[in-house]
This record gives sequence, C-alpha cells and structure tokens, in this order.
Amino acid sequence: MLAIVRTAMVSLCRDRGALALSFILPVVFFSIFAVIFGGRRDSTPKVSVIIVDEDHSRASQRLVKGFQSEGSLTVKIRPAPVKGTDQPEYTATTAEAAVKAGRAPVALIIPHGFGDNPISFGPAAASRPTIQLLEDSSDMIAPQVIAGLLQKVALTSMPDVMAEQGSRYFDQFTGGLTREQRERVDSALRSLREREESGATMAASSASANGGIIAVTARAVVGENKNNPMVSFYAAAIGVMFLLFTASGAAGALLDEVESGTLDRVLSSRVTMTTLMLGKLTFNSLLAFLQLVVMFLWGWAVFKLDFWSHIPGFVVMGAFTALAVAAFGLLLASICRTRAQLGALSTLVILIMSSIGGSMFPRFLMSEAMQKAGLFTINAWAIDGFTKIFWRDEPISHLWPQVLVLIGFAIVLFAIARRVARRWEYA
Amino acid sequence: MSSPTSAATCDSPLPLRIEALVKRFGKVTAVDGVTLELRSAECLGLLGPNGAGKSTLIRSIVGRVIPDSGTTTVFGAPADSAAARQALGWIPQEIALYPRLTCRENLQSFGRYHGLGGATLAQVIERCLDWSMLTDRADELVRNLSGGMKRRLNMAAGLIHQPKLVLMDEPTVGVDPQSRNHIFEMIEKVRLEGMSIIYTTHYMEEAERLCDRIAIIDHGKIIALGTNGDLVRNAFGTRSQVLAHFGGSPDRVIPWVAARGGHTIDGIAQFTIAHPVEIASLLEDSTKAGLELVDVSLRKPNLESVFLHLTGREMRD
Repeated sequence: MLAIVRTAMVSLCRDRGALALSFILPVVFFSIFAVIFGGRRDSTPKVSVIIVDEDHSRASQRLVKGFQSEGSLTVKIRPAPVKGTDQPEYTATTAEAAVKAGRAPVALIIPHGFGDNPISFGPAAASRPTIQLLEDSSDMIAPQVIAGLLQKVALTSMPDVMAEQGSRYFDQFTGGLTREQRERVDSALRSLREREESGATMAASSASANGGIIAVTARAVVGENKNNPMVSFYAAAIGVMFLLFTASGAAGALLDEVESGTLDRVLSSRVTMTTLMLGKLTFNSLLAFLQLVVMFLWGWAVFKLDFWSHIPGFVVMGAFTALAVAAFGLLLASICRTRAQLGALSTLVILIMSSIGGSMFPRFLMSEAMQKAGLFTINAWAIDGFTKIFWRDEPISHLWPQVLVLIGFAIVLFAIARRVARRWEYA
Repeated sequence: MSSPTSAATCDSPLPLRIEALVKRFGKVTAVDGVTLELRSAECLGLLGPNGAGKSTLIRSIVGRVIPDSGTTTVFGAPADSAAARQALGWIPQEIALYPRLTCRENLQSFGRYHGLGGATLAQVIERCLDWSMLTDRADELVRNLSGGMKRRLNMAAGLIHQPKLVLMDEPTVGVDPQSRNHIFEMIEKVRLEGMSIIYTTHYMEEAERLCDRIAIIDHGKIIALGTNGDLVRNAFGTRSQVLAHFGGSPDRVIPWVAARGGHTIDGIAQFTIAHPVEIASLLEDSTKAGLELVDVSLRKPNLESVFLHLTGREMRD
C-alpha cells in the first residue's frame, strides 16, 4: 500500500498542472470569494441612486442631503459631465431612462407638494404626494436598500419636520394648544430646525423600513413585463462560462495535432500557421455560437425566455462573444504543451474569470474594485451585452461598447496566440 | 502514383541537393555538415541508429527545421518554398492522421491542404486507397484500423498530392512482418513509376532491399555513401566474416576476442579474415586459450558489418 501512496505522490508532484489544481485553485478561489462577500470595508460596494427633487422644499432638500450623507450610497443628482460640461439635473423622465439604461439600479422621484405634508404617522392620505421609487428589478438588492434608507433618512435628517407634523396632528385631534403652549412648541421647533441647519450630528434612528413614515410608490421600470426576469441573465452568465470551457477544449485539438505529428504534416503542405489558426478560430467561434443558440433556445422552451423577439441582438452579441472566447481558447492552447496542462490552466483561468466577471454572481453584488477588475474579463462584457438586449430591450446600436471590447479581446488574444504558436512552426 | 514529370531529364535540376547542412539543438549537433545529392528516380537510403540525425535531416528538407547553415534545394527550389512543398511528399515517422476521421476523409483533408479539389481529388483518393490496399476500409475510422493499416494510410496521405520526391521516415516502425511486406510492395510500385525517394531506416535489410544507394549516417555525419556493394567492398574488400559462438564465461571470451581484433555482439564473436583458411588458425588459438567452441560460420560482410567496421558500434546501440 505504501508503494501505491508513494507512486501516486511522485506522479502528482511531476504533474504540475494537477498540483496547481490541488493547492493553488482552492486558495485562489477562497481569496476571490472572500473579497467578493467578505467585504473589506474600504471596498464595500456602494449603491447608486438617482434622486430627482421636483419639490425643492426645505423637507425635500433635507431628504436629499440626508441621502448624500449616507456613506453606503452614491447619489446622482445629474448625469456625469459630458466633455467637461455639466449636465442638467435629472428629471423624472431622464431618471427613468437612466434606470432603464442601467446607469443606476434605482431612482427616487420626490414629487411637487412633498414638503407640504412629508410624513405620515397614521395611514397615508390618498391625496398625499408620494415618493416614487423607480427600480431595475434585475438588481434585487439596491431597491430594497434605498426603500429602507428612505425611512431611516426621513427620521434622522428631518426631526424638526417630524415634530412639526406631529404638532399639527396634535392640533387636529385635540382641538389645539393654548397660546402659551403654542409659543413653547414653536420655540422648540425653531431651535431644532436651527440645530439641523447648523449641521449638528444627527442621531441614529432605528425606523422600520417597511410601512414607514414616508409614503413610497415603487415601480419596476426594467423587466416589469418579463416572464422570468433572471433567466436571460443566467443564460448569458452560465453560457459564457461554459463557452470558455468549450473553446479551450476545442482549441486543445491543436495540442493533439502537435503530439501526433499531424500539425507538422499540415504545415508541410500549403497551409501556413496563420491559415491554420484562423481556421481553428473560425470553427471554434461557430461551435461557441451554436452552443449559445442551444442554451438560449432551451431558455425559451423551458424557462419562457423571450428569445425570438431579440434575434438580431442575440446574433450580434453571440457572434462577437463566440469570437472572443474562441481566441481565448486558442491562446490557452498555444501557451500549454500538453492537454493536461491545458486542462489545469483553463480550469484555473476560466473559473477566476467567471467569478469576477459575473458568471457566478451578479457583479453588482461585488465590491467596486472587483467590479472594475471584472472589466478585464470577456464574461463581464458579454453578460452586459446580453443583459442590454434581453433585459433592457435596448436597440442593437447600444451594443457598440460591448462589441468593440469583445473584438478587441479577440484581436489581442489571437495575436498573442499566433505569436506564441511560432514555436510550433519551426525547430 | 507519380506525376508524368517524375522522370527528370539530364538537364533538369536534381530532385534534392543538400550542401553543408548543419543543425544544432543547444549543444547537440544533430546534423553536422551533411552534403548529399539525390538523383532522379533514385531511392537513397539513410541508414543509421536511433538518434543519428536522420529525422532531423528529413525535417530540414521539408522545412520543418531551420538549419543553422547550409542549403537545401528541391528540384532547384529552396526548401520551404511553395514549389518545394508541392514537389515534396513527406511520410513522417509518427502516424500523423486524424483518428476520428475515416481513411477517405483523411485523404480528402490532406489533399485539400495541398490545394486539390473536385474530381481530381476524388480520383487521387481512389488511387491512394488502392495503392495502400485500403479500398475496402475507405470509410472506416482511422482509430479503428490496425497498426499496419494506419502505417499504409500514413504513407498514402504523404503521396496524396502526387509529389515527385518522397521522404519516407522509417515507415515500417512498429509493424508486423506481413504489414512490412505490404509496405515494401507499395514502395516498389512507386519506384517503378520513377518517383525519387529518400528512405530512412535503421533496418539494414530494408535498405539493402529497397535502396539504390545508401548513406550511412552517425552522429549527424554521413560516414559512407554508395551502393550496398560499394559500401561493403570499400570497408572489407574481399574479406569475409567469421561468426563464432564460444561456451564458458563471457569474462574470458570477450577479452580474448578483442585481443584477436574481433567484436562480441550478443555473445557471438565476429572476426574479419582475408582468406577462409584463416579460420583454422583462429580456431586453433581459441582451443589453446581454453575456450570451448560451440558453433562457427563464415559469411560475406553486410551493411551491419560496415556500420560496425566504421563506428565500432552496432546499429542498434
């Protein structure tokens, strides 16, 4: 038995790929997951929220200020400057368009008249203007965070407004205060207001997010008509990950040909290395595209994915994603010397790419640093493109950033693969 | 199998001309200043042990190895030029085929890689299948073929584009005697059609049977070149070889054989003698030395003897 253990140990030690898989992969994945979910404080993801203040009242401004002071939020009042020129503040219409375009997962619209009657301790009056929460339901977290924070901010940023409103309720239900009592209350409210306006620290509050004191009407502006909203996301996310595996496996045929001597024979004919690799790239791209077609058709047949009305966008994203993953597969194959090495390296690289690129978890769950790191992966751009088509119903013309980046990936990866493959050309 | 242009005229450039070819891999010189010419419709054998540099020489001719110095021309065109590639057929030592494709599909693929198509390709595929005696297995997957069949298809794939010069790199490695005979028949057929051939092997009987001339290669150098008869004559003249089997301890036999100027190979002592009468004195000396003679025979030297004579080593070392 010891002989068997010894033989197995020696074999493992000589197989560097397997050794890497055995020890490095778990450590790498532990680190990635720890960074994604463990959350170092300085890189905890911030929730983006667009706020439109249509009211411009003291109460609404307090509310906006309260949101802006929340460390966990990135509050957007206006779009990012274009060519150094400040853009006008968001309106209800532009904010809704921005959510639909995926620039923020949620928008708050503070309507006209909000400041007249901002909070309600009892059942909200039907006529009272309510804050609108426009949400992108592909992000399951952000709208709930904002809804909860709205109640919290109302309590912590507008104590004077609350007291004033409470006083009004008191007047309404008790028949009013005496003149002396009224003066005292007004004086207390004044000092509370002055204290708030002077920027004194706000006391923390533990208001419940649900059934809160601020009336909110939530409305999904993206994905509200989808049969099964997350299916398109997962079809793209899982699809791209397996595309990468398929592409590296298919590119491994090159290594088989090297090993069997077939590559030498092919290169002794009219076929050049560039022609050969372009042929492999074309075939592997077609294979990857076909794989995507099968996956999305399955999504349509079983999970009611709205496939047929998005064919043009699917073809564009599918074709360029397939091209990029095929080039990626060729690069991996050209770097490796054996199938075993390719298996180990592709597992390592693809799982890392998939985890930080959003194939395993939506990228909005990750820290900002990880979200930025994800931009170096094919997964992130492919998923973004498919999401634009299937989730946001955006026109094909909006896919140009994803298409350009995927083409860039394909060109760079193929060029490197071709350069590395020179070692097979001549001895 | 060959094209009509195979039979070159006297004015035509030689099928192959190699001049002062050198190829080093690090500190190892695999080909060390080889100069060689192949005549039209000639079969030239490259005979040498494993690692002698035969395959490196072949790979440099097909442009798969870039030499450090020297030149190679194929029908006057530089090796690795388009014209040279088209004129050359290469049968590598490995089974360089697609195992998941059928015999016919393999031939189609390699034919297309050489620019063939349509009716021409279909026609040459049938000829190649017939030549390799695989017509009845044309639609069989390669991975399901026997070793000998794979070897024959491997050869057919190298000739699919009807080259004028074929480089055969140990085409009989690992095949049974029957398959080897099939392969010899295939080679003899194309020889009859006037194809020029370079044939590498470490089996002297193959070189003796198939080749017009033989180049003995060792440590990357050609140490002898000529016909089988020339090589033997140059090395041994009219001398003969005595093979003697002595009983007893090899510790006693081997030093005695060496002292008498012979070699011991696989327990058999080999001596070169000028006249058959020398056998008597040889046997008398062995008796005086206390060796027990089990068996003795006389033979004419062969290529193995030539190699041993030139290098002091066996071909199989």
